[in-house]
Amino acid sequence: MTTTYEPNKVLSNKEFKVVGTRPVRPDGADKVTGRAQYGADLQLTGLLYGKTLRSPHAHANIKSIDFKKALALEGVKAVVSAKDFPETKDTANYGLGDSPMNYFRGNILADKKVLYKGQAIAAVAASSVHVAEAALSLIDVKYEVLDAVLTAPEGMAKDAPILHDDLFTKEFEKQTKVNSNIAEHFQHKMGDIDEGFAGADVIVERTFDTATVHQGYIEPHNVTALWNDDDRIHVWTSTQGAFTVRAAVSEALAVPVSKIKVTPMEIGGGFGGKINVYEDPAAALLSKKAGHKPVKMVMTRAEVFEGTGPTPGSHMTVKMGATNEGKIVAAQANLAMEAGAYPGSPVGAGAMCVFTAYDIANVTIDGYDVVVNKPKTAAYRAPGAPNAAFAAEQVIDEIAEKLNIDPLELRLQNAAKEGTRRADGPIHPRIGCVEVLEAMKEHHHYQSPLTPAKNGGKVGRGVGIGFWFNIGMQSACNISVNNDGTVNLVEGSTDIGGSRASIAMHAAEVLGISYEDVKPQVADTDSVGYTAITGGSRTTFATGWAAYEAANDVKAQLIDRAATIWGVDPDSVEMEEGVLRSKTDTELNMSFKDLSAQLNDTGGPIVGRGAVDPSGIGGSFCGQIVDVEVDPETGKTDILRFTVVQDAGKAIHPSYVEGQMQGGSVQGIGWALNEEYYYSEDGRMNNPTFLDYRMPTSLDLPMIDTVIVEVANPGHPYGVRGVGEANIVSPQAAVANAIKSAVGARMEKMPMNPAAIMEQLWS
Amino acid sequence: MPATKVHVTTTINGEPVEFLAEPRQSLLEVLRDVVQLTGSKEGCNDGNCGACTVNMDGRIVDSCLVLGVEAEGADIQTVEGIASADGLHPIQQAFLENAALQCGICTPGFLVSSKALLEKEPNPSEERIRMWLAGNLCRCTGYDKIVKAVMAAAKEMAS
Amino acid sequence: MNSIDYIRPTTVDEAVSLLAKYKEKARVLAGGTDLIVQMRGGRYQLDAVIDGKHIEELNQLTYSKENGLVIGAAVPCHKIYGDENIASAYPGIMDSATLIGGIQIQGRASLGGNLMNAAPSADAIPALIAHNAVANIVGANGTRSVPVEDICSGPGRTTLDTGEILVSISVPAPSKGFGARYIRFIPRNEMDIAVAGAGVSVQLKNGKIEAARVALSSVAPTPLFVENAGNSLVGKEPSDENIQAAANLAKEAATPITDMRGTVEFRKHLCEVLTRRALHTAVERAREEN
Repeated sequence: MTTTYEPNKVLSNKEFKVVGTRPVRPDGADKVTGRAQYGADLQLTGLLYGKTLRSPHAHANIKSIDFKKALALEGVKAVVSAKDFPETKDTANYGLGDSPMNYFRGNILADKKVLYKGQAIAAVAASSVHVAEAALSLIDVKYEVLDAVLTAPEGMAKDAPILHDDLFTKEFEKQTKVNSNIAEHFQHKMGDIDEGFAGADVIVERTFDTATVHQGYIEPHNVTALWNDDDRIHVWTSTQGAFTVRAAVSEALAVPVSKIKVTPMEIGGGFGGKINVYEDPAAALLSKKAGHKPVKMVMTRAEVFEGTGPTPGSHMTVKMGATNEGKIVAAQANLAMEAGAYPGSPVGAGAMCVFTAYDIANVTIDGYDVVVNKPKTAAYRAPGAPNAAFAAEQVIDEIAEKLNIDPLELRLQNAAKEGTRRADGPIHPRIGCVEVLEAMKEHHHYQSPLTPAKNGGKVGRGVGIGFWFNIGMQSACNISVNNDGTVNLVEGSTDIGGSRASIAMHAAEVLGISYEDVKPQVADTDSVGYTAITGGSRTTFATGWAAYEAANDVKAQLIDRAATIWGVDPDSVEMEEGVLRSKTDTELNMSFKDLSAQLNDTGGPIVGRGAVDPSGIGGSFCGQIVDVEVDPETGKTDILRFTVVQDAGKAIHPSYVEGQMQGGSVQGIGWALNEEYYYSEDGRMNNPTFLDYRMPTSLDLPMIDTVIVEVANPGHPYGVRGVGEANIVSPQAAVANAIKSAVGARMEKMPMNPAAIMEQLWS
Repeated sequence: MPATKVHVTTTINGEPVEFLAEPRQSLLEVLRDVVQLTGSKEGCNDGNCGACTVNMDGRIVDSCLVLGVEAEGADIQTVEGIASADGLHPIQQAFLENAALQCGICTPGFLVSSKALLEKEPNPSEERIRMWLAGNLCRCTGYDKIVKAVMAAAKEMAS
Repeated sequence: MNSIDYIRPTTVDEAVSLLAKYKEKARVLAGGTDLIVQMRGGRYQLDAVIDGKHIEELNQLTYSKENGLVIGAAVPCHKIYGDENIASAYPGIMDSATLIGGIQIQGRASLGGNLMNAAPSADAIPALIAHNAVANIVGANGTRSVPVEDICSGPGRTTLDTGEILVSISVPAPSKGFGARYIRFIPRNEMDIAVAGAGVSVQLKNGKIEAARVALSSVAPTPLFVENAGNSLVGKEPSDENIQAAANLAKEAATPITDMRGTVEFRKHLCEVLTRRALHTAVERAREEN
């Protein structure tokens, strides 16, 4: 059979009018003309500029801080430190679970002890950025420097320096009295692991280490805060969750949320890294101390690398066993991930995803959350899962090799389906694992011979598949009808990748009006109902659903209004494709446009509301096929061809779904090949610049082909599965498998940079 | 030492502009904070991300690596100068239609760079576009749709 | 960055007297792609930057087959590779001018700045050494010309005296049978600092190597002129074996450190690979010239 190759396929099985089309985003014109207002673009009258003093040490006790000289500098208006936090309760919760208040505040402004280089200690407000910077150098801090631990194994070692004297290991969900750097050790168990391995004909066990990496959004964190004379606080910031910022500022400063308004500015990338809150509370404190003047703080790139959440380095052992026929019968994982300075690594999520693509009877997964002297980790696109997949997907590759089975065939043979139980408990609902693997197998790329080398190196192909469970959480949306037959849609999810469009498309579809007739806007926390973070691949799923509900509410009210005007029973009226009509009397019909013009004279405006906290979340599977060329003399790897296949459930806006797949995959490529926090022995990051933290450039990549698979999620009105994250889970493993196929080096360390590949080839 | 400001006369987006700047202020800082043209973005402040790219005397440069005072007598074009009274430039339109932006923070730099390329070389190959844009980092898109948008704009401009 | 003065002299004499006045508290600004970053990072606490871009001699770019090439110290990379005659006559210099930074950086960065920045990883310096380039320096005591390999004295340090300014770089006209090449190794395809680099040249005559030069970047405190590697080829045929032997000498000469860009072992290995590859290309280019 010959097939002509078409890139960027959408395997659609259900068509809608607006959903599934590719309109231009509503904020587009602002974003191509430089008019869009990002946080750092904000100018306010009387604006002051803040800068943060950060620890030069990875681990030290703060003996004293002296602000005298800094305060004497002309132009300095205020300084703040942890001493400025008011007395409050012992735990903080800003929407993502409880954490001890001293840990939460410690990551905003350290008190008594610093736990990583770059940790904030104090902040200054001044008349200009240059004056604020000069003031920082005049703050005199005395430290007692302590030994640092930089990796999970170091942190778990018996004689390791202890970061927190109040951290006691939680073991199998029970609090112990052991003071250590292991915040938690948990285990998921299913079947009998020993019996499983006993029945295996082939067993592969390998240990993997991965480096700390950063989300790498191009826009540095920024905030402007005004603590007004009436004690109301207004925060303008770049965030993935305005309500999260509101709660965090409230918890840190012991100010009720009703006194805080957060305006989310346009956000220049986040990938999970702009969920945590950093300088916002300090900016508010500075504003208050400077006499209720607005204070703007914008991080430098080095501050972003050293002071904000990366995703963890990890140390992992994965062992899998299979029969000669290719049935995987046992799988065991030992995952230790760095939490950074405070507990909370994504090892839990890693454990949820490590073997989730497969139906395996006997599984044991141990997870360790380990504090180390690095920045507190933050979410980064499917946090924890890429580390785990780097290990598991290489072990599976090796099993396929040993059994001489095609690697996709082996995966298909063992693929999870509806009804398969995950080791961490849940049973898979309808999922698209098999469909994704089949689409990969049938793809032109997989059916084609290896891409020829460009520079005389060795070529190889690798595959991988990853899973992310996705989240639901709360979203709110209001829709008001304009008298020209359009609607205004107000929602609370900050738009990082075109979600205004996909959310508006939900409403247009329900109302039967064109996409252009829905005007979406992202509102501040005073203007819309509580909306959780833009994260967890939830925005199109949950906020889109809120828009769907709000539009249905509008629709019901329109039907009522038409019935009132016509003097008929509302049950006899329907609205389809933007037209209201009586089900019984064909004379009675009216377009939405005509009705909207009459609203004010027939009972007043119509406003619909949608507020959701959905269950029925659909997890997403995503796989990659990659051809690489490796220079056997230098270890340099080039990506020659790359295909990503993901189950989107239903792609509301296919271009933006493809964008997520391409962007996530390329972050995975960067992670695989070159990105890492390169530490000195005493815990300083040596490469906090875009020069030496090497993210892929346009010249490092080919086109990233995509296939959108649509296995509708029965839990969403249009079948949506979030697509923001699953795409970053397995590119690293796919690249590793391709390198193995090209030059025979099985890479147990990430990044797989040239030096690491040469080392492996030389060993 | 108190900062003495220097008077600078320059041309920005075709308009004569005068401003006062401290010598230590970068052109990017001056554009954003003094002239109030905030379309050029700061991503790294050391010439590695290209978000601050402007066209200066016919060459693209990172405005974070130019002192504001060096703008004396120069002809500068920023993202704000790309669209005309007739509407968006084909490169802007192509970025929108090809979904070549997600968060949009790198977009001004990419637009300034791409426009300069197409003015110099109306029909660049994919490889040439990738080479030309290597000084502009995008973390959202994986570049695929950006490269396609530049190719689409080239086609549109040729027709 | 601390407060600075910005001064824009229009003659070399004026610049020299300014340098005499400010001494080590001033530096000459060309493209600024290194200097501005370093001032911001606190490497220099200057009182003044002296903009060299308005001095005629620093902006000259002249080439003739008879007299060779003169590159003013402030001439940006794009002007050099934008000139087809220069591009074809000086292939090694062309390689480095197109490698430094991305297009934005090449719009400002100069080879003179690259030389005065004196980074061990400087991409232009090995190519200039390979091309037998000479630096023309002016100070209060007059003018002197120094081979480029004698300019750098340590990371970020040069043999220029305080108060001296680099005005231009002269590169002799290549004769028939000359070929040069600069290649560097970076993990990405652009925008990186060299993990290691090799700039080489060969002069062929009657099928044999009459002269050869080899210089390395990023593997010593300064760009490294490996005289014996080039000399080992003199009088020999450009065979695989002879080139390999020269590459081995380059590897032996390298004294790299382990840092975020590479390990000692990896970098030394790269010196061999890059020198070998560069010599092969230089020989091919030399033959094309015949």
